[in-house]
Amino acid sequence: MSRLKVETPDRVQLTVEKLYKDLERHIIASPPGLCPVDLQLSFLKVCQAQTCGKCVPCRVGLLQLQHLLEDVLNGKATMKTLDLIEQTAKNIEASADCAIGYEAAHMLVAGFDGFREDYEHHVKEGCCSVHAQHAIPCVALCPAQVDIPGYVALVGEKRYADAVRLIRKDNPFPTACAMICEHPCEARCRRSMVDVSINIRGLKLMAVEHAHANTVPIPEKCASTGKKVAIIGGGPSGLSAAYYLELMGHHAVVFEEKKKLGGMLRYGIPNYRFPRERLDEDLEVILSTGVEVHLNTRIGEEEGEITLESLNKEYDAVYIAIGAHNDKKIGIEGENAQGVISAVELLKRIGDDDMPDFKGKDVVVIGGGNVAMDCTRSAIRLGARKVGIAYRRRQEDMTALPEEIEGAIAEGAELYGLKSPHHIEADENGKVVALWVEPQIIGPIDAWGRARPIHAEVPLMRIPCDVIVVAIGQGIDSKAFEDAGISLKRGAIAAAMTGEVENADGIFAGGDCATGPATVIKAIAAGKVAAANIDEYLGYKHIISCDVQIPEPDLAEKLPCGKVQLAEKEVGARKNNFQPMEICMSEQEACQEAGRCLRCDKFGFSALKGGRRLRW
Amino acid sequence: MVNVKIDNIDLSVEEGTTILEAAKKLGIYIPHLCYLKGINEISACKVCVVEIQGKNKLVTACSTAVSEGMVIFTNSAKVRSVRKSNVELILSQHDCLCATCVRSGNCPLQTLAGHLGIYDLPFERHVTEQAWDNNFPLIRDSKKCIKCMRCLQICSKVQGCDIWDVQNTGAYTNISTVDNMPISNTKCTLCGQCITHCPTGALKERNDLPEIYDILADPNKVTVVQIAPAVRTAWLERKDMEPGIDTEGRLVAALKRMGFDYVLDTVFAADVTIMEEGTELLERLSDNKKMPMFTSCCPGWVSYLTMNHPEMLLNLSTTKSPQQIFGALVKTYFAKKTGVAPENICSISIMPCVSKKREAALASMKASGYQDVDYVLTTREMVRLLRAEHIDPRGLQEMPFDSPIGDGTGAGVLFGVTGGVMEAALRTAYKVVTGEEAPEDAFQKVRDTRSEGRDNAINLGGIRTADFDIAGRTLKTCVVSGLKNAERLIKQIKRGEAHYDFVEVMACPGGCVGGGGQPIHEGCEWAPQRGQRLYNLDKKRKLRRSHENPQVQKLYKDFLEKPLSEKAEKLLHTQHVWEKNYR
Repeated sequence: MSRLKVETPDRVQLTVEKLYKDLERHIIASPPGLCPVDLQLSFLKVCQAQTCGKCVPCRVGLLQLQHLLEDVLNGKATMKTLDLIEQTAKNIEASADCAIGYEAAHMLVAGFDGFREDYEHHVKEGCCSVHAQHAIPCVALCPAQVDIPGYVALVGEKRYADAVRLIRKDNPFPTACAMICEHPCEARCRRSMVDVSINIRGLKLMAVEHAHANTVPIPEKCASTGKKVAIIGGGPSGLSAAYYLELMGHHAVVFEEKKKLGGMLRYGIPNYRFPRERLDEDLEVILSTGVEVHLNTRIGEEEGEITLESLNKEYDAVYIAIGAHNDKKIGIEGENAQGVISAVELLKRIGDDDMPDFKGKDVVVIGGGNVAMDCTRSAIRLGARKVGIAYRRRQEDMTALPEEIEGAIAEGAELYGLKSPHHIEADENGKVVALWVEPQIIGPIDAWGRARPIHAEVPLMRIPCDVIVVAIGQGIDSKAFEDAGISLKRGAIAAAMTGEVENADGIFAGGDCATGPATVIKAIAAGKVAAANIDEYLGYKHIISCDVQIPEPDLAEKLPCGKVQLAEKEVGARKNNFQPMEICMSEQEACQEAGRCLRCDKFGFSALKGGRRLRW
Repeated sequence: MVNVKIDNIDLSVEEGTTILEAAKKLGIYIPHLCYLKGINEISACKVCVVEIQGKNKLVTACSTAVSEGMVIFTNSAKVRSVRKSNVELILSQHDCLCATCVRSGNCPLQTLAGHLGIYDLPFERHVTEQAWDNNFPLIRDSKKCIKCMRCLQICSKVQGCDIWDVQNTGAYTNISTVDNMPISNTKCTLCGQCITHCPTGALKERNDLPEIYDILADPNKVTVVQIAPAVRTAWLERKDMEPGIDTEGRLVAALKRMGFDYVLDTVFAADVTIMEEGTELLERLSDNKKMPMFTSCCPGWVSYLTMNHPEMLLNLSTTKSPQQIFGALVKTYFAKKTGVAPENICSISIMPCVSKKREAALASMKASGYQDVDYVLTTREMVRLLRAEHIDPRGLQEMPFDSPIGDGTGAGVLFGVTGGVMEAALRTAYKVVTGEEAPEDAFQKVRDTRSEGRDNAINLGGIRTADFDIAGRTLKTCVVSGLKNAERLIKQIKRGEAHYDFVEVMACPGGCVGGGGQPIHEGCEWAPQRGQRLYNLDKKRKLRRSHENPQVQKLYKDFLEKPLSEKAEKLLHTQHVWEKNYR
């Protein structure tokens, strides 16, 4: 007789395991604008199925909650029902035996905190307060609302120039976004319900690799209106606004304080991620609309600067898009030692081809965002002997894209996780010799679900180094505008979602300077919004559209298929130079990848509402 | 051209043709439900599914274009099973009390269920109950709604009013008014296009027939009926009726048989409208104020303008609509002439329109000292009335309209079709300005004569402009039907891109002949052929100019004196403003 056996999952269990994965992917691709109470009920049903049935609060309580929520959804509940739901959930939370019960009840309580108004709307108005918005998920999540299914289909048909034209309807930086966009569009791609999201940025790269932006002419401009718009800042936001304003027939005049155009695209993103000559392609197209540019020109009250007041007088409207180019100080002892450099300064010098010499040096980068990774990988390329990243949380808590972190590590960066910078040690000449860090342990999770580091009861640790790069975020150089009477909110220019600046007629602002440091696509979107609203402000209603015919969806079966990822040059070939490292997909790969698109522009709710916007 | 094979038959069709249209060319009917050409192509009901060889998933025939070499099966085992299942699912949320439904016998869902042989349902039935104000002239029965979205689409794409919306998500998704407002608070113009394009009985007019039966039973009441021009084109659109039966004379006889005391013609009031509105136009032209002048015959249009562009109200002609002119005259002039006490008169109008129900109830429509029009029935309600009495028009002798306000000219007949008011006005204006008669057919430029694409409400009417030279002055006219087109025109006028003297607007595509109160024919638009019938009636009339109508001449001689006289102003004109009354 055998006493024990090795347990192996049976067919039922294996199937359920697979369904768990399916459900996870469904949740990933959950569209915005769903009824929160209905979702809460669905979650509750899952929790209830997990109940073992031993204890009363979980066995009976969760079921009764389910009935009560159904009453809410069926318009049979009163305000008393809501009180009963809340009280019952709290009672279950307080008395359930195990996490299945008390966590299920906690979700309900949290829901009550988060969207009580919607519960009440169901009771009082008999319907949900949330409006159905099952728009095209990728388009809805793209700040600039680029017609993604459209250009994906065009790339699938190898109509690359048409793809570029279509992208440009909403975004005049197709090349920049093909190379460095953070692609929020992919986050809720409905394809995740089948397997995994479409590689949207990869397909856009395919378009601009085969139809370079500067080979695709701009659409015809509207007749000149004789209006002039001053744009302060030649970065992605300012230039996007300038591009659309010129197309609308207004004259855009850009004032840029640096030597060259591009803003953070030039002075924040190193060449190996976004080669300068590719940036110049987008810029060339934008300038071909007739945008007038004044480089090395600052706005302010100082000697040699142009005042905001004079711009406001001379121009019919002003768009402030100065970005966020100030470095943030870390505020620790020794910060002013020789060899401590800010990320902004480092990347600006690289942008102006004034390469610092890191040969044979040990570099420590402080920070965990994308800028910290750019600094790390640039330092490696500048010849540093060793580059470390000091971060007070863990690798998984870093805000940088995972592939950026992995890339940096692959190129040889050392990650000092859970090390909070304590002070900087300098030698007698005032030169950096080490960064002292305070080790942390990971601690409680805060309200936003992020684990907080707490002090570890161990001695400080010394990291010897010659250079320290501080990459803990950027600020906005808004002083001159504040002095000129522009209102600020937490250091940022106080602009509404429409771009209009509070109490300043004819002045608009957008991009990083209004939101704080964000992504390039958000800056572009702000420029687009500003152009539309400046056009309205000037008394016009010009239409931006694109006449590219978008292919009909094919009827091929949508069988599960892997996602084509962009390859990079191998580490040895990329880490010693600033040459571009990403490798575009092949035509075969691009056709397969584009064919995975489910064409939510043609199927689903967008066939009724919220579908393709042909013009704006 | 694209070569395909449908149910084993080879076919070559133009690129871009849908499977549904391609199959139709072969005489193969693919059942469908939510589809409304050019308006609702959202493939939601999944009834028109077909199988394509080599594809696992079925596709919808309404929204899928054919492609080269496609092999299509419209009735494979899989198609049959899926189609039937989807209709069963729709029926599981539909209140299938067909015996008491206004659409029974004219319901695509009922027909479909019958064709598919669905006699019992495998699913439990759950219907949605949403509250409704049953006094409003437009009634929505949520229990019958199948969420096909046609109402929402026609309201948005054809009428530009957007009073319908999607409410909730998931299984709780419903159609509701925008922001879930009570219907009377929305900007509903009561055009009724959602009713005539609804595939079920979910949308209908308020049923005013019970009151009519009470009135007919009351010996003290004298019933006076007026019949709008468009009604006579559509009152007998029955497949079992041979052509030529549906004459005006038999319609009069049928209503007499019902027991109505006087059967009169709104066309008479249309002629009076021309006298008043035409004179008003000439006055405005001479001092060039409040131009362009908009017609005010269509209450859907008038309520649209009062709700959406109150700043343009002075541009509306102050002349009342023919229905209300008629109502005001029935309880004054007619009462006097016939010796019937006005308080004993019950004035009933039969209209191709739902909005007329609201118009009659407005507080401003009591010029006679009584409610000028007591009840308004739609063409559909009148058809039901006749059906309830089992009146067979084939056995009826033709009868003339009653006097003294029963006769109308060909010009007045045209009021039921887009461009008709304009054409009638021009015939009389020419005479007033030049002193000479123009040939009756001199103003046909305002007609909608296109033949292409008129099977679709979105293409009917549109905006048409025509200039006419009258006594050395160019009269710039514009005719528009469909409220979305009207909104486009208003925008052009406001932006200064368009300049007209006289603008005719009818809310319904194609005019009253395509009105929201007219009989419903699934999937096709009957406005063009009904409009043609009005043109034919005009052509056959001896008198084709409003000012030639002897009864109208007598009315002015004996009662009103002249157009825009003090009495005419009091009875026949109003300053249109927004009013909330609807019953």
